[in-house]
Amino acid sequence: MATPMSQPASPADVKAELLKRYPAKVARKRAKQILINEAQENETPEILANVRTIPGIITMRGCTYAGCKGVVLGPSRDIVNITHGPIGCGFYSWLTRRNQTDAGPDGENYMTYCFSTDMQDSDIIFGGEKKLAAAIQEAYDLFHPKAIAVFATCPVGLIGDDIHTVAKRMKEKFGDCNVFAFSCEGYKGVSQSAGHHIANNQLFRHIVGVNDAPKEGRFKINLLGEYNIGGDGFEIDRILKKCGITCLATFSGNSTYDQFASSHQADLNAVMCHRSINYVADMLETRFGIPWIKVNFIGAQATAKSLRKIAQYFGDQELLARVEAVIAEEMPAVEKVQAEVLPRTSGKTAMLFVGGSRAHHYQELFAEMGMKTISAGYEFAHRDDYEGRQVLPHLEVDADSRNIEEIEVTADPGRFQPRKKPEEVQALEAAGYRFKHYDGMIPEMDRGTLVVDDLNQYEAEKLVQILKPDIFCAGIKEKYSIQKLGVPMKQLHSYDSGGPYAGFAGAINFYREIDRLVNSKVWGYMQAPWQKNPQLSATFGWE
Amino acid sequence: MLLRHTPKEMTERQALTINPAKTCQPIGAMYAALGIHGCLPHSHGSQGCCAYHRSTLTRHYKEPIAAATSSFTEGASVFGGQANLLQAIHNIFTVYEPEVIAVHTTCLSETIGDDLKQIKRKAEEEGKIPKGKHVIGANTPSYVGSHVSGFASMTKAMAMCAQRTGKKNGRVNIIPGWVEPADMEELKRLTDLMGVKTILFPDTSGVLNGPLSGEYQMFPQGGVTMAELMACGDSTGTLALGEWCSADAARWLDANCKVPCKVLEMPFGLAATDRFIDALRTVAGVAVPEAIIHERGQLVDLISDMHQYLFHKKVALVGDPDQLIAMTEFLVSLDLWPVHVVTGTPGAKFEARIRELTREVPCPVNVRAGGDMFLLHQWIKNEPVDLLVGNTYCKYIARDEDIPYLRWGFPILDRQGHQYFPTVAYKGALRLLEKILGVLMDRQDRDAPEQSFELVM
Repeated sequence: MATPMSQPASPADVKAELLKRYPAKVARKRAKQILINEAQENETPEILANVRTIPGIITMRGCTYAGCKGVVLGPSRDIVNITHGPIGCGFYSWLTRRNQTDAGPDGENYMTYCFSTDMQDSDIIFGGEKKLAAAIQEAYDLFHPKAIAVFATCPVGLIGDDIHTVAKRMKEKFGDCNVFAFSCEGYKGVSQSAGHHIANNQLFRHIVGVNDAPKEGRFKINLLGEYNIGGDGFEIDRILKKCGITCLATFSGNSTYDQFASSHQADLNAVMCHRSINYVADMLETRFGIPWIKVNFIGAQATAKSLRKIAQYFGDQELLARVEAVIAEEMPAVEKVQAEVLPRTSGKTAMLFVGGSRAHHYQELFAEMGMKTISAGYEFAHRDDYEGRQVLPHLEVDADSRNIEEIEVTADPGRFQPRKKPEEVQALEAAGYRFKHYDGMIPEMDRGTLVVDDLNQYEAEKLVQILKPDIFCAGIKEKYSIQKLGVPMKQLHSYDSGGPYAGFAGAINFYREIDRLVNSKVWGYMQAPWQKNPQLSATFGWE
Repeated sequence: MLLRHTPKEMTERQALTINPAKTCQPIGAMYAALGIHGCLPHSHGSQGCCAYHRSTLTRHYKEPIAAATSSFTEGASVFGGQANLLQAIHNIFTVYEPEVIAVHTTCLSETIGDDLKQIKRKAEEEGKIPKGKHVIGANTPSYVGSHVSGFASMTKAMAMCAQRTGKKNGRVNIIPGWVEPADMEELKRLTDLMGVKTILFPDTSGVLNGPLSGEYQMFPQGGVTMAELMACGDSTGTLALGEWCSADAARWLDANCKVPCKVLEMPFGLAATDRFIDALRTVAGVAVPEAIIHERGQLVDLISDMHQYLFHKKVALVGDPDQLIAMTEFLVSLDLWPVHVVTGTPGAKFEARIRELTREVPCPVNVRAGGDMFLLHQWIKNEPVDLLVGNTYCKYIARDEDIPYLRWGFPILDRQGHQYFPTVAYKGALRLLEKILGVLMDRQDRDAPEQSFELVM
């Protein structure tokens, strides 16, 4: 494979090496998705993102169904999620994302179940609507859940089953169970991202705002784009509670139907994963008047900053003081572990190729350990996640994006209520406060680092061989090919067995986990002693 | 209770599968294809299928699973996937340089009617398949059969590479079915001990239980070579292990290359291994060496030593047909009583064979082909068992119902060892038995009152 370079490779050399083996057409496309970061004050370089995966190139991406059923609805515990399709899609999305939930001793929890219509070839030939209706009925009879969701797989779209009409009919029939469907066939769009969009649109259309019964809490927020992988959401919840902030709904970690239904009563939306959910924040603002801010709870400093940002929004002295007290109380434990690991992690390098915000957020955690991110990219992000939201008006809508529904939202006549007066907003902004703002990943990365969109197995291997990072972060599919190269691989989609990594307790976990990974003795065992000191082959004279 | 909504009261379901005991065809085809040397499996459909199959296989084998996809978007779904597959074949041979691309279809490409043979012909005409390289294919729509039939389809596609020259090569084809890399390695060890030259396919040993050496090889040393597959048509005979996984390939070789085949059950446990060794001895015309008789004797010895912990214990099992049939026979031979047996894979023959194997069990035996784990769980609630055998998804049932539990089958996502230690043949049966005894005796220890907590068991 790659010949190790004796001189430190320049970013341009690395890029050239990544592209060398490709057929011309592939190389031309990939060249626009691999960027040498030269971000300056007011100028962010342009990257090609959210475009089709190249057939035959071993990709890290999944599909629209995975984004919709697996990512967004997966962590919703009291909704019966029925996959309408052949058995595989339902099977593979069954508990594999390590979403955690707490339903209490007798709350509703269907996350451990996998529901499927298990379509057979007769259903493909004659249509699957009858079977779907019967399956919904059987689920209702067995469990009497609050809600049943239906997810379309590839063949459902092809044969034209009208899942939305089936859902509507069943909802009317039951009366006490909300039934809705998602046209999230795997072939739509170019990645999981399309599935997030479809999921969020339907949640917004069918659940958000259906419960007006008032919710308690002085400082009410929603947390958007947090999926409670490995218990992240639990840790954020713990901190918010401690500060006296009420999280009405998390979209969608450890979530319930009612939390979505009441989420319009929040006074602020805090967005974690910009990619998967920024448009929901926009829709909530347009319809109900709830402003949104970008936050990040990955990293102790980021957590402190985000808490302060939330408190500053409410502007309540008591809350501001409480937040400072919580930070002061939490930080010593974090700093203790940080000091412990710093001598062992400082100066080490990382690469991150994950999801649609994680590749950005986790750089803060690595920085806290004195580690530098030398290359990063998203699996399914769009240009705004790289370059910042200012590019949004300039994004071209291509054929694949056009197929993903955009819903038109207007102010709710009875319930729209701006949470802040214009002068309050102005005052906050004058003090440097930024609403609906996201700078993207590129400006925060050092000059000369490599930003790669939709990295694939071949390029990952090259990057690791040439730049030799001390740790590589991606998903389970990438884990062992990287580790075979002798470099530890940390899964950052579903964390292997670790987590939580959010918040203060999460930072401590992460410091320890990365310390363990980059300092494990195992990476020194790759070669046997006799391979390290080869002997010249010779024979004794008398043989 | 993690499965708190599962009621004891049974109802027949016509349309809703809950907690499936099977998955879809392409993942089986992908696993089988990894057992060919220098092969890159290719999923012809949208990219999610490939991502899911790679993830599941990776989690089970803890090894890199390289596979490509045609990455359909809506355009390909409407206009057909030919352009995507042609482009993929060109890109794959250019970038990864495999010996073989093993293409399998998905429900998407099947439903729109893509014709793999025709696309392959076009790829050949356009010079996209380099000289000496191969593209093979299997039809694996996900709405037919299960992961087991997908495995069988790709295995048959391997057999179809065989060429008959008319001159026998003195080898015996062995088709092991969907077993672990360690099991395939064990079968090779046994045939070596017997002095029989074989062609084993698929063969994932060395591919999916490889070493950590600081090098990543997309195509490791292991796997049956294309040359061997082509030579299959000249073999003395074929032993197919498992009706569901292996029989189609063996019968194809029999019908098309005049290589006589014998379809056996998978060699899990004592009796099935006896039949395998006996058949191998017969077809190859060799004597069984003392070493193998010794191994068999060790297994019988352990059974007799530990019989008191096994006698008349009730067992629930879930898994794939070939494996379950062999396991049921083994459990019965240990004087255990399999009382609930579920496979997600359809097939009437399965129920009949399990009935036959359990005819002496003096209590009602529930058997279902095409069933699911929700059904199994309900059966257990109504008739509790002393042991549960199945894949990782059983852990929820085991915890809720507090049942000693043996992880066995596919996928195992939460334990190690299955890729390194065999469970086939006599040595494998020793390990299976050790694990069964381990969970039963741990339970006895856990439940024993202090005054009867035993040091010696």
